[in-house]
Amino acid sequence: MTTAAIDTTILAILAPFAAAAVAPIATKVLKHNAAWLLALVPAFIFFHFAGFVAAVSEGQTFVISREWAPSYGINLSFFVDGLSTLFALLISGIGTFIILYAGGYLKGHPQQGRFFSFLFLFMGAMMGLVTGNNLITLFIFWELTSITSFLLIGFDHLRAASRRAALQALVVTGGGGLALLAGFVLIIGVTKEIEMSVLLQNPDIIKNSGWYLPIFLLVLGGAFTKSAQFPFHFWLPNAMEAPTPVSAFLHSATMVKAGVYLLMRMHPLLGDTALWTTVLPLFGGVTLLVGTLLAVRQTDLKLMLAYTTVASLGLLVMLVGTSVEKALEGAVLYLLAHSLFKGALFMVAGTVDHEAGTRDITRLGGLKGAMPVTFTAACLAAFSMCGFFPFIGFIAKEVLYEGTLEAGSGALLITATAVLGNALMLVIAAAVAIKPFLGAKVETPKHAHEGPVMLFAGPVVLSLTGLVAAVMTHATGTLFIGPMLSSITGQPAETELHLIPAHIAAPLFVSLGTFALGILLYFQLNRLRDLISGILTAIGWGPDKGFDQFVAGLVSLSNGVTRFVQGGKMQTYMTLTFVATAVAVLLPRYVTGGWPEVPAMPDYTFYEWGILFIAAIGLVAVLVAKTRLTAIVSLGIQGFAVALIFMLFGAPDLSFTQFMVETLSVVILALVMTRLNLNPRDHRPFGASVISAIIAAGVGIGMGLTLMAVTQQPFDSRLSDFFAEFSRTVAHGRNIVNVIIVDFRGFDTLGEISVVVLTGLCVLALIRVRTKPEDRLTPRAGTEARNKKLEARR
Amino acid sequence: METGLSVLIGLFFAVSVYLMLSRQLVRILLGIAILGNAVNLLIFTSGRLTREVPPLIPEDSYHLLVETANPLPQALVLTAIVISFSFFAFLLVLAFRAYQELGTDDANEMRVAEPVDEPAPPQGY
Amino acid sequence: MRTIIFRTVAPYLTALMVLFSIFVLLRGHNEPGGGFIGGLIAASALAIYGIACGVAPVRRAIVFHPMSISAFGLFLSALAGLPSLLLHQSYMTSQWISFPFFDVEVDLSTPMVFDIGVYLVVVGAIASIALALEERESD
Repeated sequence: MTTAAIDTTILAILAPFAAAAVAPIATKVLKHNAAWLLALVPAFIFFHFAGFVAAVSEGQTFVISREWAPSYGINLSFFVDGLSTLFALLISGIGTFIILYAGGYLKGHPQQGRFFSFLFLFMGAMMGLVTGNNLITLFIFWELTSITSFLLIGFDHLRAASRRAALQALVVTGGGGLALLAGFVLIIGVTKEIEMSVLLQNPDIIKNSGWYLPIFLLVLGGAFTKSAQFPFHFWLPNAMEAPTPVSAFLHSATMVKAGVYLLMRMHPLLGDTALWTTVLPLFGGVTLLVGTLLAVRQTDLKLMLAYTTVASLGLLVMLVGTSVEKALEGAVLYLLAHSLFKGALFMVAGTVDHEAGTRDITRLGGLKGAMPVTFTAACLAAFSMCGFFPFIGFIAKEVLYEGTLEAGSGALLITATAVLGNALMLVIAAAVAIKPFLGAKVETPKHAHEGPVMLFAGPVVLSLTGLVAAVMTHATGTLFIGPMLSSITGQPAETELHLIPAHIAAPLFVSLGTFALGILLYFQLNRLRDLISGILTAIGWGPDKGFDQFVAGLVSLSNGVTRFVQGGKMQTYMTLTFVATAVAVLLPRYVTGGWPEVPAMPDYTFYEWGILFIAAIGLVAVLVAKTRLTAIVSLGIQGFAVALIFMLFGAPDLSFTQFMVETLSVVILALVMTRLNLNPRDHRPFGASVISAIIAAGVGIGMGLTLMAVTQQPFDSRLSDFFAEFSRTVAHGRNIVNVIIVDFRGFDTLGEISVVVLTGLCVLALIRVRTKPEDRLTPRAGTEARNKKLEARR
Repeated sequence: METGLSVLIGLFFAVSVYLMLSRQLVRILLGIAILGNAVNLLIFTSGRLTREVPPLIPEDSYHLLVETANPLPQALVLTAIVISFSFFAFLLVLAFRAYQELGTDDANEMRVAEPVDEPAPPQGY
Repeated sequence: MRTIIFRTVAPYLTALMVLFSIFVLLRGHNEPGGGFIGGLIAASALAIYGIACGVAPVRRAIVFHPMSISAFGLFLSALAGLPSLLLHQSYMTSQWISFPFFDVEVDLSTPMVFDIGVYLVVVGAIASIALALEERESD
């Protein structure tokens, strides 16, 4: 690889985002044939990363970095090693055929351009995820895959089931993503490192930090939700609401493997501890069994495949959890095999659905003649899934059994789980690949025939790759499996793969046992299905239902909280506001002890005392006023008293303004009040008025004390001095107050007079708008009556 | 000097809050009118008080010759008086119109925006 | 309210108050006064006229709708900030022209224009509110 080629890696990783922008236009022009053009983008990425294979297999790694937000240490930094190379090749390679497949599958769909766009967005996010080196960048791409997955699952957004599935996937994987972010932040905080490549050079840094447990749990939260581990598995089958290309790409081959990718990536940092080798095999094993058993129960092709995907992810997590090198090698092989055969099988299921009009296996049969190519691809893929010779699935199974048998104390249990899981998967593979095609021809909703090349190119190529990879055992081992394994174990790993088992040993017998068990179970499929259905009906509850209950509970809770906080009573709002005000002014005084000093008796003259006294009288009179006139007059008294106070303390401008305002207030109050009823008695019962009085006293005393404390501090007069100094010299005015208003702070005044204009307009509007008496609302009108009237008014 | 006014301002606040805690629109309005005065006096007083000398520069001078009242709070309060008045007028009309439309002056009875029997939000997706 | 004495006096009182309000407005830069106070005085004058003689004569007397006056005032105030832009100074920097008029030195300035705008805003808005409320009184 030349340096220039390495530098274009960032372009290769980000190219799908550009394609996402172009796709809708291309689709508008070329219709579904745009897929041929668009598929060049992932093909380009594939060949770019294929260029890394030779160097990577020699143990080289590459870090490509561009600055993004350097002050936070966040860079667009990418890390290419064995692990990321294989993932990148899978994503771009399968992606190429998915784009083609989507072209055929959604041919004529009005939103096909949008669909391509979403697919490319996802592809870019996934590329960034598997090559991400900077933890924060990695997290961003991680969440982007969740968001694009949401968009793709909800693509058919007119159906409620789609919306529910999309939301569910987003909540589960997005929630896990938040846990992951917390984990990453902890890692950054503990290790002071943000680049994965640097962390990997010092693998014990987290294990020795004392923060291992929380980091482990948080990372697991991210990985388990993304990779649909029990009990978070329920979102994945529901995600089958998405169009089939999405199921094939995101929910089998790539996105759901992100969790497994993360576990593999973090294996050198977090793996091979007692906790790791207990928790992961446990959850992985349970997921494997739950997934396969639930798959058996289904009759929908896509759902059967979806549950086996859950099971396969469980198997992968279980294998990674053993931390045994051979088992890890098995995981790598199985991951490769699974991406190939599951992607192919999903596309086959989609093609059958597309051409025959149903994907319920009880209504399918005898399609072999009508769809020979698809049938061949289905068989090849299913053989790989079953682990038949000479497919990659076979080698994977040999190696993984070899690994599980070495897995220490739990070896037997783990092997048994793997055998049972694999046997059940064999049953499903047979049911999916054989049942619709062989046997008597069943009448289907559409007249079935072979799909166009766009639809069968993907399954054929992917299933054949599964065969070729197995036949070219040595190349597969040295170029892909070995480098990836060394990334996971953190040290150079030697791999020796054999298509034909080198010696007759335990793994071969276990494999044979698996076949036997699988074939036995296949013939009992219907009985098994009834049995599991019966058990599930008896249990009657599952995490899927739990999700609904959770969402419903959330809605009720927020409704309850809103009802409580916003009860609709003005008095409650006012009370809360003023209690908070009183606390806000009194609490700081109490906490800091900043009470004002006991003041000396102020040396007011008798007329100053007189005016203060008049103001107080006016206030009290407003409080106890029994008639409208008394209230208005008393209000006027306190207002004029305020005007006199301004006059006494050197503010003639304020005084005049206050006089005018009070006069006008009295006039308009008199105009309005004659038509408003002032109840002579305060409505409040004695207890309520005492509470009001306490709150009012709290606010009053708090304000008074605060003001006293403030005025006892020395005064900083710099600003006032500035205005006084420049009022005449710069602004040519002798009345400093007016100069401040119209000149120094003229812009503020402009805002203030705008407010005055606005209130004028509002008042005018309020007075002008009139409703006919029959349209008037009653204050306690029920919702229905209100809505009806509002509707009528429109 | 400021102490006496501080006490008076405390009284202004207390009276206005007590009135605003009522349910009757008229009392709430009276409370708001008093609150405006209370805040204006608060700002005025916190700029410190000086007796009787307004902040005017004498005709034959370019600077203040004697100690005068602080012009800054006065400028702030002057516009505040006018704005609080126009808002008071707005609230007055609002209350009046609400009374005309709904036939009640009890703030707790006015439930058009937040009806008593509002149904729970939908549970679907 | 509409006693004969009040109705007779009101127009003169209003005229005097409006005149006084303009005086207060113009002297505001150097003596107590200014646009806000002047505007309030003029608005009170119009309110008194309205109470005494009814709203219709007031509306006829001021020709324009009070809110139009108010809006024009806001426009004028905003405009008063513009001349400084022509001189590459920041918005609302005050500009002064001074010329002798007979024996008196007359100062014209952008802050004065601004203050006139404030005056018009206050007159218009407050008079609009007062007149609207008085009008309801008479239905």
